[in-house]
Amino acid sequence: MDNEENSLLDHITQGEYKYGFVTDIEMETAPKGLNEDIIRFISSKKKEPEFLLEMRLTAYREWLKMSEPRWAHLRYKPVDYQDIHYYAAPKKKQELQRLDEVDPELLQTFEKLGISLEEQKRLTGVAVDAVFDSVSVKTTFSETLEKLGIIFCSFSEAVQKHPDLVREYMGSVVPSNDNFFAALNTAVFSDGSFCYIPRGVRCPIELSTYFRINAARTGQFERTLIIADEGSYVSYMEGCTAPMRDENQLHAAVVEIIALKDAEVKYSTVQNWYPGDKEGRGGIYNFVTKRGMCRGSHSRISWTQVETGSAVTWKYPSVILLGDHSVGEFYSVAVTNHHQQADTGTKMIHIGSHTKSTIISKGISAGRSNNSYRGLVKIIKRAQNARNFSQCDSLLLGDQCGAHTFPYINVENKSAIVEHEATTSKISDDQLFYCQQRGISTENAIGLIVNGYAKEVLRHLPMEFAVEAQKLLSISLEGSVG
Amino acid sequence: MLIIKDLNVSIQDKKIISGLNLEVKAGEVHAIMGPNGTGKSTLAWAIAGNEAYTITGGSITYRGRDLKELSPEERASEGIFLGFQYPVEIPGVSMTNFIRTAINEQRKYRGLQPIPAPEFLAKMEENKKLVGIDSKLTNRSVNEGFSGGEKKKNEIFQMAMLEPTLAILDETDSGLDIDALKVVANGVNKLRSKDNAIIVITHYQRLLEYIVPDFVHVLYKGRIVKSGGKELALELEEKGYEWLKN
Ligand SMILES: Nc1ncnc2c1ncn2[C@@H]1O[C@H](COP(=O)(O)OP(=O)(O)OP(=O)(O)O)[C@@H](O)[C@H]1O
Ligand SMILES: [Mg+2]
Repeated sequence: MDNEENSLLDHITQGEYKYGFVTDIEMETAPKGLNEDIIRFISSKKKEPEFLLEMRLTAYREWLKMSEPRWAHLRYKPVDYQDIHYYAAPKKKQELQRLDEVDPELLQTFEKLGISLEEQKRLTGVAVDAVFDSVSVKTTFSETLEKLGIIFCSFSEAVQKHPDLVREYMGSVVPSNDNFFAALNTAVFSDGSFCYIPRGVRCPIELSTYFRINAARTGQFERTLIIADEGSYVSYMEGCTAPMRDENQLHAAVVEIIALKDAEVKYSTVQNWYPGDKEGRGGIYNFVTKRGMCRGSHSRISWTQVETGSAVTWKYPSVILLGDHSVGEFYSVAVTNHHQQADTGTKMIHIGSHTKSTIISKGISAGRSNNSYRGLVKIIKRAQNARNFSQCDSLLLGDQCGAHTFPYINVENKSAIVEHEATTSKISDDQLFYCQQRGISTENAIGLIVNGYAKEVLRHLPMEFAVEAQKLLSISLEGSVG
Repeated sequence: MLIIKDLNVSIQDKKIISGLNLEVKAGEVHAIMGPNGTGKSTLAWAIAGNEAYTITGGSITYRGRDLKELSPEERASEGIFLGFQYPVEIPGVSMTNFIRTAINEQRKYRGLQPIPAPEFLAKMEENKKLVGIDSKLTNRSVNEGFSGGEKKKNEIFQMAMLEPTLAILDETDSGLDIDALKVVANGVNKLRSKDNAIIVITHYQRLLEYIVPDFVHVLYKGRIVKSGGKELALELEEKGYEWLKN
């Protein structure tokens, strides 16, 4: 740490003790590094209630005692946690005036994805025409939602306006000491989304449509909390097919979902963070904790993910099946190319009786990448008549990539039925030549084969994204053969 | 249409075809026969542009263009179709999707818009009838779990859908029952016109009763050692290949 930062830190530290650390210090960015004062600073900047600060501090103290997990099939340079700014005031992105000021390679990708011009502008931070006024679109959605009593806002806003809900549910699925990255997130999370669907309400719109408008501004330590009250339904979409760049290399998000009795939550993700260049330089480290809790009977949570980005992905969207007759589902397509590494999968924890889970995982590896499925199916003693079906398939392109499957099955109740299927296949030169001979280029042939392979998962995505996701799969594998 | 001059082809440094000459004109049907392992398929691969088969000498000219300059998919879009001796299975990709993609890619190459859906469907129906396959088959993944005969019929079906200018059929008749053989012949005869050319590679003169060739060639050890009319096929059937060996 250099001198200037030292003195800044001293300043803050003293400020804390002398003046009770109020926010009159005009600072937009906290100095690098992590300690309790930084956490107090974040919390006070955000004018958070006491309980949240306490939660952050507890998490931080737990985090100090933890070490970074090393069990995943991943290799990366260790992260220097003291070399990160944990607070930066939301900066307005510098507005470009015209699309031709944007990186042409990025625009090409948008083109291939079929993203409209207006949306391209929005995603790249170009000033948007009045016709496509995202604010007005947002307002229309907000009104619809408000009428139904649906709360959908930023996490910070929820903290201010609905502190009781936040207090009751935050950390109830992913406790602050759950794992290294979750603890870190809890200590320093910046912002994220909050969603509450009241009893008996079926959210009439795909929350994706709305969310997409904000998608370009996700933070480094994102926090999401979704609560579906009894008998409610919501389909929620996170992320965006457009390639996302971020100067922050480390991302550690936490997503918690709570489904009460008879409620259903469908959570879909398309993750396309910058994967680094062809040589494996740069790229995002994505360490995410996503977990849902089927609290009530007959509740249902499903995760659908299309993972194509990031240099390193560590992610296991899971479901705790607490309520009797509850259902958990995990549908995943994970693509790795060049030097990307992914260790992803799910955990299905059966606690209630007659609980049911389905896991469909499709890994696609190309280049020199490594793609691992890691999944746990646990059926505890009291879970009568639980069922699980798992299918984990790997598809290889070329012979320098790796695919690995680590299924853990832990059954304590004899009435359980657990099925596991796994296959590994390869796109052969013969297949590619057969396609070429019919006039289909290698790249399109790969797209065709890969989309056929991932069909089972893609059909669980909201329609509008399924089409884009299909194109995304092909684009992600460009340059992987030949 | 197709002029092959002094062609040499190697696979992994092993010379398979050496000094082969062949000219195929529009409107003609040529049959190529010859013992196993003499390079018939190799010739077909070389024309289609499979990279594993290296052209070490000579040239293949198709409609005035040196094929060296064209990728396999460009050759296909220029109207070259290869019916595979061993059709390849592509799990997860439905026949319908596959053939539609192929047609549209070829149309794109020729500067045309994608085929309108009604036109595509009508064409599917027509050609399914022609080769006697039903929707159960076209809804399945490309060749996946198809019987040997179904695979061969499927090649003819694709040929009919793609309407090539030069079709090379590599042992499409092998393993077919007599009815299926007629189906293949029908498909070929439908394509036959003064503008198109067809090369059939076969071991059996039986097929040539249904598809009457203008020329029959014998390929032996990587070159054409004898050419003649359709009666040559009969002669081969009678005498085998032994008498040609010197
Ligand atoms: N990929 C390959 N690697 C090594 N040798 C090969 C390869 N492909 C073909 N060959 C060899 O090249 C020779 C010619 O093979 P080709 O398939 O052209 O014969 P063919 O005349 O079509 O025979 P058939 O009547 O049995 O189909 C054979 O000896 C074969 O073993
Ligand atoms: Mg052969």
